[in-house]
Amino acid sequence: MKKSLLVATLLAAAVAAQAQTTDTLKKIKDTGTVVMGVRGSSGALSYTLGEGKYVGYHVELCQRAIEDIGKQLGKKIEIKYQEVTSANRIPLVQNGTVDIECGSTTNNDARAKDVAFAHTAYVEEVRILTKVGNGVKGIADLNGKTVATTTGTTSVQLLRKHERATGVDFKEVFGKDHADSFLLLESGRADAFVMDGQIVAGLASKAKNPADFHIVGEVLSVEPIAIMVRKDDPAFLAAVNKTIDGLEKSGEISKIYDKWFMKPIPPTNTTVNLPASEATKAAWKNPNNMTTEQLAASTKK
Amino acid sequence: MIACGPGNGAARFTMEAAGPTGRRAQESMAGSAPARSEEKRVSAWEQVTQSASLMCKSTVDETVYSGCFAGKGDLTYLQWLLHSWGWTLVVALVALVIALALGLVIGVLRTLPNRAAVLFGEAWTEFFRNIPILIQLLIWYHIVPEVVPPLKSVSPVVLACIGLGLFTSARIGQQVKAGISTIPKGQRYAGLAMGMTLTQTYRYVLLPVALRVVLPTLTSESMNIIKNSSVAYAIGVTEMIYFATQAGEETSFHSTMYLGVTILYFISAFAINRAAAVVEKRTRLHGALGSK
Repeated sequence: MKKSLLVATLLAAAVAAQAQTTDTLKKIKDTGTVVMGVRGSSGALSYTLGEGKYVGYHVELCQRAIEDIGKQLGKKIEIKYQEVTSANRIPLVQNGTVDIECGSTTNNDARAKDVAFAHTAYVEEVRILTKVGNGVKGIADLNGKTVATTTGTTSVQLLRKHERATGVDFKEVFGKDHADSFLLLESGRADAFVMDGQIVAGLASKAKNPADFHIVGEVLSVEPIAIMVRKDDPAFLAAVNKTIDGLEKSGEISKIYDKWFMKPIPPTNTTVNLPASEATKAAWKNPNNMTTEQLAASTKK
Repeated sequence: MIACGPGNGAARFTMEAAGPTGRRAQESMAGSAPARSEEKRVSAWEQVTQSASLMCKSTVDETVYSGCFAGKGDLTYLQWLLHSWGWTLVVALVALVIALALGLVIGVLRTLPNRAAVLFGEAWTEFFRNIPILIQLLIWYHIVPEVVPPLKSVSPVVLACIGLGLFTSARIGQQVKAGISTIPKGQRYAGLAMGMTLTQTYRYVLLPVALRVVLPTLTSESMNIIKNSSVAYAIGVTEMIYFATQAGEETSFHSTMYLGVTILYFISAFAINRAAAVVEKRTRLHGALGSK
């Protein structure tokens, strides 16, 4: 009798603990802090200025959402920044180390099983960056050429699929990070660099001679990039979505977008110069959290 | 009671998170312990089958191959892992051949009665062993081709073999020198006094003993080269770290990919260890240093 009572108590404690870990709003209210997952250098979406300062388009959206939540809870909330990588971001959100991840995470079906994504505020397009005057005008021109891309990105898989599907035969070279891949293009080792539009635009803008580079050809893939929160916490997700929807409806989102992508940004005061894509504008018009696969299916129809 | 039901992943996670004390207390309670362990076994088994189907999946679409090997024109993650293992072994073994050959030469140069040769050997050793291997590879890949443009069209695999080979040659040279230095000076003089040339003294008197002495350290150097070949990923060689990074990103199963890679690194290094043990046994001299 005593034993079963103890078991029941333990189970009750476990259930209570579970409730505590998934109710992020309550956690924020109790502790007065929120842990925001950020990236060291994910283009203008999320990057560091050094000394523990993180900025960017997604970081600003998250800061606004946290501000709104603070107002709702009637409390000033302190944001703690935790830098994450593409390898640890999902586990850190799942295990509660990070409450809200504001980086450059692609919303896709596989990840949507593990975490929840807020409404899309940015849709990434994978593009081809090449040097002016080398004759590359689209993916078809890459036959027999060398293409650079970065290890650990979806672009590698995208190129593989494309190669397999169309029979276009190009040689791939891999940079360990985007700066390395760009160096391969700049030094002439590669004829093109295939990567997310805002990343190639940003790298070209910071090059020694930005005018030597241009983005050409078709959009190779469209991926919604979204803010990530824990699964099974609808109240917190709704609170974040409320802020994003508000910004998207009032049109203020395009001002925030221009601030990060069309105007000079710190620390070097260069301009990324990447106007909002049609896909991004469509997401603003009709707030949703479609995955890459769902988005691809909806545009095909 | 709901928390104990099957399929309630979140609840299971929290109970585990309750810490070792909670778990121990609970396991001592009759009744609840077997149910829990059984549940755990199922989830572990599920993880195994999940990983298996993951490795048998095509790298292009969602097809899962029953034999884990796709036919022509397609590749499963397992096949890709094996390919990347191949590249790891190619880089490591070619670099090892370069390192052993050059290391032997450098080690001998450093013990010659010729100041210029000694200086050259020392400069070589200090240059290649005081710069981190990662930086050496990046220099070979990004900077040397700027100076020597024809190198731009050379495959990164070749550059990785050269870079890793030269780096390790400095370390092997140091060990060979140490081996030669352990032999009493009298043996060198005895060889020369008997009318042997310097080359003959090295070939028939010094090196046969010196190399046997340093064989164990050469073994661990050969195992190191397998592990050090992982930096080749930084210059775009599609070896196992490249595989783990890329396949982890594509499948969101980083730990599964790293687990596979870890096992193969262990197998490769351990195989070298065992092969070297056979060489050590075969070449053992009766009554010489280190023999039983």
